[in-house]
Amino acid sequence: MGRFWSILFLLVPVLGVGCFVWAMADMWPMQGHWLPENINDHGRVIDNLFLFILVLTGVIFAATGLAFFWFLWKYDAAKNPQPVAFTHGSHTLEVVWSILPAGTLVFIAIYQMNAWADAKMRRPMLPGPDGQMATQDDIPKPSTCEVTGRQFEWRLRYPHSKPENWKPGDPYVYGDDDLYVVNDLHLPIHEEIVLSIKSQDVLHSFFLPNLRVKQDVVPGMLQHVWFRANKTGVYDIVCAELCGWGHYKMRGRLTVESRADFDRWIAQQVQAQSQSSFTPTPTAAE
Amino acid sequence: MSAISLPAHDAHSAAHGAHTMTVGQFVRTYVFSIDHKIIGLQFLFSTLLWFLVGGLLALGIRWQLAWPWSDMPVIGRMLFSAEGGQISPEFYTTLFTMHATVMIFFVIIPILAGAFGNYLIPLMIGADDMAFPTLNMLSYWFMWPAFILIGLSFLWPPYGAGGGWTSYPPLSAVWEAAPGSMWPQNLWLLGITCVGVSSMLGSVNYMTTIIQMRAPGMTMFRLPMTIWAMFITAILQAFALPVLTAAGFMQLTDRMLGTGFFLPEGLVVNNSLPASGGGQPILWQHLFWFYSHPAVYIMILPAMGMVSDIIACFARKPLFGYKPMVYSISGIAGLGFIVWGHHMFVSGMNPLLGMTFMVSTMMIALPSAVKVFNWMGTVWGGKVQFTTPMLFALSFVSMFIIGGLSGIFMAATPVDIFIHDTYFIVAHFHYVLFAGTAMAVFGAIYFWYPKMFGRMMDENLGKIHFFLTFIFLNGTFFTMHILGAVGFPRRLADPYDYETFRHLLPMNQFMSICAICMVAAQVIFAFNFFRSMFFGTPVGRNPWGANSLEWFAPTPPGHGNFDMQPVVYRGPYEYGSPEVDTDNYPQWQPPPTDPKRLYKSEQH
Repeated sequence: MGRFWSILFLLVPVLGVGCFVWAMADMWPMQGHWLPENINDHGRVIDNLFLFILVLTGVIFAATGLAFFWFLWKYDAAKNPQPVAFTHGSHTLEVVWSILPAGTLVFIAIYQMNAWADAKMRRPMLPGPDGQMATQDDIPKPSTCEVTGRQFEWRLRYPHSKPENWKPGDPYVYGDDDLYVVNDLHLPIHEEIVLSIKSQDVLHSFFLPNLRVKQDVVPGMLQHVWFRANKTGVYDIVCAELCGWGHYKMRGRLTVESRADFDRWIAQQVQAQSQSSFTPTPTAAE
Repeated sequence: MSAISLPAHDAHSAAHGAHTMTVGQFVRTYVFSIDHKIIGLQFLFSTLLWFLVGGLLALGIRWQLAWPWSDMPVIGRMLFSAEGGQISPEFYTTLFTMHATVMIFFVIIPILAGAFGNYLIPLMIGADDMAFPTLNMLSYWFMWPAFILIGLSFLWPPYGAGGGWTSYPPLSAVWEAAPGSMWPQNLWLLGITCVGVSSMLGSVNYMTTIIQMRAPGMTMFRLPMTIWAMFITAILQAFALPVLTAAGFMQLTDRMLGTGFFLPEGLVVNNSLPASGGGQPILWQHLFWFYSHPAVYIMILPAMGMVSDIIACFARKPLFGYKPMVYSISGIAGLGFIVWGHHMFVSGMNPLLGMTFMVSTMMIALPSAVKVFNWMGTVWGGKVQFTTPMLFALSFVSMFIIGGLSGIFMAATPVDIFIHDTYFIVAHFHYVLFAGTAMAVFGAIYFWYPKMFGRMMDENLGKIHFFLTFIFLNGTFFTMHILGAVGFPRRLADPYDYETFRHLLPMNQFMSICAICMVAAQVIFAFNFFRSMFFGTPVGRNPWGANSLEWFAPTPPGHGNFDMQPVVYRGPYEYGSPEVDTDNYPQWQPPPTDPKRLYKSEQH
């Protein structure tokens, strides 16, 4: 039976690697069972890291799995006439297999720090009063939209006030005439987007699978996420932190569209909002 | 209980007088017993029963994920008559909350420390009992209030606690935040506190016993790995648990007295305005994970220890690198205290702190890797006997490799942004806790069963049980990695509402079928377990030809354990030693008198 069990353990690396390869190859019945399409210019680095770690761990997984199988196959008591190797260990081996993984792990840790800092710490900036980037007076880029999590919906608020010396092309600021929308986030393509995210009640998590963005929203804290979308379309906004019984239905929709379409949509929404629902609109009838 | 009416080797043996016992004697012997072995068995039976409950709760989750909103066959109408036999979203939150709570607090922790810790520590170090037998008894009986409180919190109408086993405030702390956030959450917190008291009593006892009560000649570096692991686990418990207990009470006072430790200003939950404020929800996460991350190691280290013993025994070869194994357990425990933040990379914690935790988390993979290499080194050059306990122990190693490697993805903070709170993490911890610890526990039951009950479990049934469990657990859990890669989130009652995840339903159905088969396969184990108690082959003291001291005691050991004082001459892994003609060389066997036979070690 030792042969049978050895082969069972051999199946672990074989089927394990096979399962991942199958999913990556997009073959039946696992079409689309892999990383969803990335539409964020900054998301590629996360995918690459994922694949890098996958290859690295995959090699270790396969190597240890095969060695494990081979040891079980070779040293099966029923088949192996050799006497037991009476050894208590090997100092050299211990040093080798401590230093190699340690080096690899430290390398992975340092290698990805930049990606982490880009994703969570280096918020996009705008030139300050001196009109130059990368100077002391740079200001953080203002948010395009403020997202508030609430049981069980995403409330969105677009700024729509013009500051005193506003010129066309300048960002709007938050004020009295902001635009309010629920669950329907529209954003322009190919622009550095900053979103302010917060929560009104419990923890939620603002998860955009296609943009590789996830950030828990915490009541009492104002946080920011940023990305640059590069493909138009409609994508899911997922709540990824348990927020109560209706957690599963806290679904938002992200529409990425051209700047012109986006401006048109904003204008429509502003108009729809400014029309009081109590006033009948006679224009259409006339 | 007449099951234990086996030949008693000890004058103190309770089993000896089983037939003439008065009620009072029976209660003292088997119910409020101070014998560590009876307490260990009480833990074992209670936790196995809860294992069944937790497994069935898991099937409820799997049912909903595979066939969302469809009536559960047969039991649906009994359980959810109000919903017409479906799982409601409220009940779904209760299901996964209770599955995790039961599995972690009522199964894994007490079966490792409570059942095997209790049973094995005095026997393996050559002591007649624990240092504090009454404390030991209390540690079991404190589990009962916990059983009752958590059970009530589950069954409380209309819905049980549903804040997840992590109980993140404000969802768990605000009374109106969820149907289960009312009384059930209070009961849940009190129940966890009782588990904490039980663990604390046990851990104090284990530390004292291992330090103070070792047999003559049993130095610290002659302890079996099981005992080292239990010792380190006890230290982890003692230092980490007070934080959870304090945090639990803080949440309780937030709920009942309005203290607001975890509640910020201006919270509007469910249209009600809580009066308290000035707190921070993330504080709870720090306190919770300061305990619960070390607890992850509390849930794996004893399993690693037992697996080391089983593998060395059935490879008939000394454990490879005993001291590196001890150091790596200690390293895991030490680092275990400074990695809790890796649960919080996207929680809103300062991202700079995330970098620190990433480095420490990467480092904790190192001692785990060293252990895996040493297990493989142990098998290398041995004479492997594929017994049921060995198969389970080998599968622990094989599966722990997967669980360990998948941890690296999560430790990498940028990757964690994507896979946090997805099925990738669910795959990871089920590989560590089910495919790892639970498989090791099965192995340990098959291994020490003959010592506990004096009879062998059936090997053929054991191997069938192993084969089916092994196949179906991989079918259930390996596929979760793939779901995780798509970003499939945890804890959603109906993920298929999302465009991104809609096509994953068939794979979920495959996983659920595997899960159902896996739970069904445990019937074989239960049958074997109870049948062998009465009809198994009776065995002598040392059926496996093992080396450690528990095999020196009578089978099953009576109250007081040993009929002769054990004296220890060497470490527990001297299999295949040239000093003797047998392939095992027990710790209690005196060295050969002929000096020529004495073996000179090349390095020790």
